Amino acid sequence: MPIWIYILASVIKSAIVLVVLLTAVAYTVWLERKVVGHMQNRWGPTRVGPFGLLQPAADGIKFLFKEDLTPPHVYKPLYIAAPLIAVIFALTSIAVIPFGNSIVLFGYRFPLQITDVNIGLLMILGITSIGVYGVALAGWSSNNKYSLLGGLRASAQMVSYEISLGLSLVGVLLMAGSFSLREIVDAQGGHFLGIVPRWNIFPQFIGFFCYLMAAYAETNRIPFDLPEAETELVAGYHTEYSAMKFAMFFMAEYANMITVACLATLLFLGGWHGPLFGPPLLQAILPVFWFAAKIFAFLFLYIWVRGTLPRFRYDQLMAFGWKFLLPLALVNLIATAIAVAW
Amino acid sequence: MISVHLILFLAFGAIAVAGAVNLLVQRHPINSALSLIAVMAALAGEYLLLGAEFVAAVQVIVYAGAIMVLFVFVIMLLNAGVEEHTKGSRVAFLFGIPGMLLGSLLVGWVVLRHSGTGSVGIGALPGTPKVIGNMLFHEFLLPFEVTSILILIAIMGAVVLASKPPSAPAEKVKD
Repeated sequence: MPIWIYILASVIKSAIVLVVLLTAVAYTVWLERKVVGHMQNRWGPTRVGPFGLLQPAADGIKFLFKEDLTPPHVYKPLYIAAPLIAVIFALTSIAVIPFGNSIVLFGYRFPLQITDVNIGLLMILGITSIGVYGVALAGWSSNNKYSLLGGLRASAQMVSYEISLGLSLVGVLLMAGSFSLREIVDAQGGHFLGIVPRWNIFPQFIGFFCYLMAAYAETNRIPFDLPEAETELVAGYHTEYSAMKFAMFFMAEYANMITVACLATLLFLGGWHGPLFGPPLLQAILPVFWFAAKIFAFLFLYIWVRGTLPRFRYDQLMAFGWKFLLPLALVNLIATAIAVAW
Repeated sequence: MISVHLILFLAFGAIAVAGAVNLLVQRHPINSALSLIAVMAALAGEYLLLGAEFVAAVQVIVYAGAIMVLFVFVIMLLNAGVEEHTKGSRVAFLFGIPGMLLGSLLVGWVVLRHSGTGSVGIGALPGTPKVIGNMLFHEFLLPFEVTSILILIAIMGAVVLASKPPSAPAEKVKD
């Protein structure tokens, strides 16, 4: 493949993925408001467009036209940089996520992925671990005690749960024998005993549980949303932010949710594998559809949990992470290692 | 493609050096910590260009993502203020700067003398996780395990130092 085609294809793929991701972020917010509304016997957004479908656009316009306040006594360079760091690293981690098999266009083969690196999973972990700085620096630079407490809680929580998150993934890596997300998905093709799909969630259900808990904590969602607990900290690390800077934190949170859902789908739920049928065109589209459907199911679970559970206390959060989740992930890792070696 | 790699390599090197200089010049601890993160990230880029993908990823996850978060955390927690610049001690001027010059001359001489014999080309290191795993758990198994025990001892030391003395009555915490 000539270099200019490669560069052109990369630019086009990046643009498509970015647009799809940002749209997905906007409509995840809509979905959350709608589903939580129905769970609480309300309607959720209904006024803008049919079923409130244009609500995300209205929200976006509102964010853009709100006054962008910068409170006095903030440390300005970092106050401005923090939301940028949060949103940039949240959007970057999608680059190594594969969405389906490769397609052939004009005689060239294009994988449905921005870039296929053989340390894909490590790259996502690295990028998400850098994303902590956005929250931590926002909390510190705002010069506000609620923001500082939120930032401190967020960084302590994310560093603690990152260990469990990493360990819960090692079981999957041992079974696949690769860090490449594409190879991990390929290893999940086929069926156990002819009927049950060969997804990692069945042999690695303990790993999946650990991943689920750690991922909820990493994305600061209920029941682990202590960094922005509104009953104690006003809004936590983004108390002093308004307009588009606040929207950037909002986008970063939902983009992180989608990345976590993509990762869960790829590592535990068999990626784009699913029943294929019908004419060739349908067969080409179905894998991407299955991938999207699994992500949707995972995001729905997120919202369901949000609508159901109350918030942990801070000492409960730390005790759960260090005394229960970490040992459980270690036991799962040792059991998997013995099973794979045997 | 080699030329593009070389340009990127020099660019990352320049970022690393600039970050290191900025770390010394900045007066606020948090700016210094952020400069150090930039240095770490630039080094990860250098490793990646040399072909050591796994080391690059681990550099970002461990140094930039975990250790530096703790640095920033401590600075935030202590709310460390702006440092005051002193004129520097006389010892530093008399011995530090000549010593540094001598040291860099020595390193430069050694590097130039041995260049071309065993230097690493761009993209030449066997950096895949599989190769590194094989090396760690076969050839270098003993040093690896000894290092892990060393780190374990350090952790235990930290716990002992941080825990309350056993004579003091433990505070009753309601669950």
